[in-house]
Amino acid sequence: MATTGTPTDITQGSKTRGGVGESTLRPDGTLKVTGEFAYSSDMWHEDMLWGHTLRSTVAHAEIRSIDTAEALATPGVYAVLTYDDLPTEVKRYGLEFQDTPVLAHGKVRHHGEPVAIVAADHPETARRAAAKIRIDYGDLPVVTDEASALADGAPLVHEHRDDHHAEHVPHPNVVHRQPIVRGDAAGAAARADVIVSGEYVFGMQDQAFLGPESGLAVPGEDGGVDLYVATQWLHSDLRQIAPVLGLPEDKVRMTLSGVGGAFGGREDLSMQIHACLLALRTGKPVKIVYNRFESFFGHVHRHPAKLWYEHGATKDGKLTHLKCRIVLDGGAYASASPAVVGNASSLSVGPYVVEDVDIEALALYTNNPPCGAMRGFGAVQACFAYEAQMDKLAAALDMDPVEFRRLNAMEQGTLLPTGQRVDSPAPVAELLRRVKARPLPPEQQWLVAGEAADVRALPGGLSNTTHGEGVVRGVGYAVGIKNVGFSEGFDDYSTARVRMEVINGEPVATVHTAMAEVGQGGVTVHAQIARTELGVAQVTIQPADTRVGSAGSTSASRQTYVTGGAVKNTCEHVRERVLEIGRAKFGTYHPAWATAELLLESGKVVTDGGEVLADLVDVLEGESVDIEREWRHRPTEAFDLRTGQGNGHVQYSFAAHRAVVEVDTELGLVKVIELAVAQDVGKALNPLSVLGQIQGGTTQGLGVAVMEEIIVDPKTAKVRNPSFTDYLIPTILDTPTIPVDVLELADEHAPYGLRGIGEAPTLSSTPAVLAAIRNATGLGLNRTPVRPEHLTGT
Amino acid sequence: MRVNFTVNGRPQEADDVWEGESLLYVLRERMGLPGSKNACEQGECGSCTVRLDGLPVCACLVAAGQVEGRDVVTVEGLADYAKHRADAHPGGACASGGGSCGTSGASGTSGTSGADGTSVQQAQQWQAKGTKGTDSQTGEGTELSPIQEAFIDAGAVQCGFCTPGLLVAADEMLERNPSPSDADIREALSGNLCRCTGYEKILDAVRLAAARQSEAV
Repeated sequence: MATTGTPTDITQGSKTRGGVGESTLRPDGTLKVTGEFAYSSDMWHEDMLWGHTLRSTVAHAEIRSIDTAEALATPGVYAVLTYDDLPTEVKRYGLEFQDTPVLAHGKVRHHGEPVAIVAADHPETARRAAAKIRIDYGDLPVVTDEASALADGAPLVHEHRDDHHAEHVPHPNVVHRQPIVRGDAAGAAARADVIVSGEYVFGMQDQAFLGPESGLAVPGEDGGVDLYVATQWLHSDLRQIAPVLGLPEDKVRMTLSGVGGAFGGREDLSMQIHACLLALRTGKPVKIVYNRFESFFGHVHRHPAKLWYEHGATKDGKLTHLKCRIVLDGGAYASASPAVVGNASSLSVGPYVVEDVDIEALALYTNNPPCGAMRGFGAVQACFAYEAQMDKLAAALDMDPVEFRRLNAMEQGTLLPTGQRVDSPAPVAELLRRVKARPLPPEQQWLVAGEAADVRALPGGLSNTTHGEGVVRGVGYAVGIKNVGFSEGFDDYSTARVRMEVINGEPVATVHTAMAEVGQGGVTVHAQIARTELGVAQVTIQPADTRVGSAGSTSASRQTYVTGGAVKNTCEHVRERVLEIGRAKFGTYHPAWATAELLLESGKVVTDGGEVLADLVDVLEGESVDIEREWRHRPTEAFDLRTGQGNGHVQYSFAAHRAVVEVDTELGLVKVIELAVAQDVGKALNPLSVLGQIQGGTTQGLGVAVMEEIIVDPKTAKVRNPSFTDYLIPTILDTPTIPVDVLELADEHAPYGLRGIGEAPTLSSTPAVLAAIRNATGLGLNRTPVRPEHLTGT
Repeated sequence: MRVNFTVNGRPQEADDVWEGESLLYVLRERMGLPGSKNACEQGECGSCTVRLDGLPVCACLVAAGQVEGRDVVTVEGLADYAKHRADAHPGGACASGGGSCGTSGASGTSGTSGADGTSVQQAQQWQAKGTKGTDSQTGEGTELSPIQEAFIDAGAVQCGFCTPGLLVAADEMLERNPSPSDADIREALSGNLCRCTGYEKILDAVRLAAARQSEAV
């Protein structure tokens, strides 16, 4: 019986064409608007069972006993598995350390930890059976913040750490700590005419991708398993899944299903191993689909943070020093916390020149929900704090906040606090200039000529809470710096396989990578690159799977750079091979085959002077070229564990925002009127997609400024709002006009000069909105998101 | 239980439906129509928006038994639904409320009258043809409704998970209001969450569809 919803080749070119630099439309666009595009939750098999996960109802507890008898006896139930059923000695997994149990063993460390899994013939049967599993919990005290986690006698979240950071951290409840020391911050502070300091709090944000964690595991006749899933990195999943199943990696065949957004929340495993375990146990295909409630427990969140910052500046507006301490709450398992610490520390200065720094960032183990990757990855929290500081400094010096930032803006050649030189354009001052120069939106736009106020344009909107009384406007600015690609010495490569052949009298390129298309438009860009490099119109994009080498993660704004770079590189190899074939066949007919620079354009081999030498159809007649190659960007280095020095980053991405807000000061309601962005993208491979990334990233930053926060009870460490009823993300009514000004200053180190763009707009959006609210209200506002009570003092 | 209803113009029968199943579950898991999406299953995100006797509803909040004898349009039938409407009402909307598309609830089911939309009798005269068998695997050449075309052309689709619900909601709004202001568009689509786009391109798409619709008059 066939599985339905398996991904197929996508061919584009008969109608839609376009090479690098054009706003080519998505090759999967038609499938997505007709409802035919199959997401991981759409997979179906006639004989399939439904898996369900039983999760802990408490945050920290000893598991005294688990009784599955009644669940197993439920009609329609095929399997109930707990820790004791795991088939091999490998019972934990994790991105950086293997500290996460596949199913809880002996204790649970956070609310919602998986304890047992059930397979049944209907999802409701599975849910009800899971509810019959009896677990006897013995409550343990919880640690929920730095004070409780590092107190004398604090319970250790992990008692026997064996990870590579265990030796250097100051306490077993610290996952990783990264100091950065450069120059003499204390000495420089003595030169400062003003010193400002502040404590800042960043709430826990959820990725809130719309497509829930889901997938289908189909047991194979060879004892292996085929897994269709939504993820950000197939090969990373594979490395974690196969050992737990006791299978060699080639028997866990992974294929990317349609992915309904990711934003970092699919870097870690969710249902992958569970579905495979149930499928292998029952011999039947097993589908698992989380609902929204479970999704809030099924993936890591953005680290909430506390940040202490002290800056000094001279009377003429030059920064003297930075002292800062960033404490990230990593929750119960490490996930990507070490790398988030690396980013938070190395980017804690922001896009400014500060030579004397004393920086410390660390992530805690607590009994709060695990935190890991989310768009902006450590740089977001730091940006919120340093941009608040810039406004405070400007105020202390009676300077314009944008001029103050421009005076201190980094540029190409600036040294980061890690000692690394920024060796590509860094147009920080120019980005700020551009957002400031833009005309402001008109005042009181809610007034409709001759009519009553249009409440839809006011804070509170359709709730009809004000007609303009008590509404004040504010304007705020922010700018940020994000690294692109995996840093700190990681071997951050990608792989692309490209075939070129003649089909139905037309040259066609086929591109196969394991890149996770999560909505960002990588598939569009791959087809564009193949057209530009190979001179074809028709390009077929094959489904991403583990039959081809790793593409690395769809994270860190890296895929256009790295897998785009891999596709370009393989296309260049294919082109060379095509030209070799051409020379062998036709070289004797024209001297230019030997002497000229040759290109593939519009289905032909042409000289750089534009002379046509041959038709690709003739060159490739009876031949096909098929090459797979890995590609790497420039290597990076680890940061020194004591000083933080090292060439840790590959590339940087910069965006600036201007926020205009209107605040109902009586009810504490905020309406963001406009969020203008300027961003350097190096080279816009697809300008339409670039705008979509910038506007989407900006909106996620807006969300955490005024509404998005997972609330965790500090006494019990239980999540209070795991639903879209209580965890709010911006609707179309909450989201303002987002005008975008795109700069294209090439980075000569990157393919086509491009810059990874997905994350930078998420950084500066939040502090710009906060600055605008402070400007409107005169309030200090040191935490995000801002809630009504913070504005009304109630 | 057994549920009989019309989906995209075709009579359908679902057997062995558990009383707690939603319309969304029946469409996705029993009828092979997974286009309506399961993003929250609690009526907050709009990803599962379908037309029920012409009204846009969250299919996750409709119990399967409630659709007995009624008419459902999903994203899979949207192109044909829009074509049928264009043929029946050249020039676009049936916002007047007086025409045959302006009444609903004719099936006798209570609680659905008074809204704009397509009557069951009207709806039953058309059938979605589906989009299979087009000339390439991207669906290039597939006949789409104006709002579907506009979503692609304006770059309103990224991950696409919110797209089916937005399309059904936006199409219904343009049926009622062929020349919406931006505030009208925002109000009509405020029940549909999108996490990727920041909504700007979605607004562009609806404006584009409205403009093309008015040019076509």
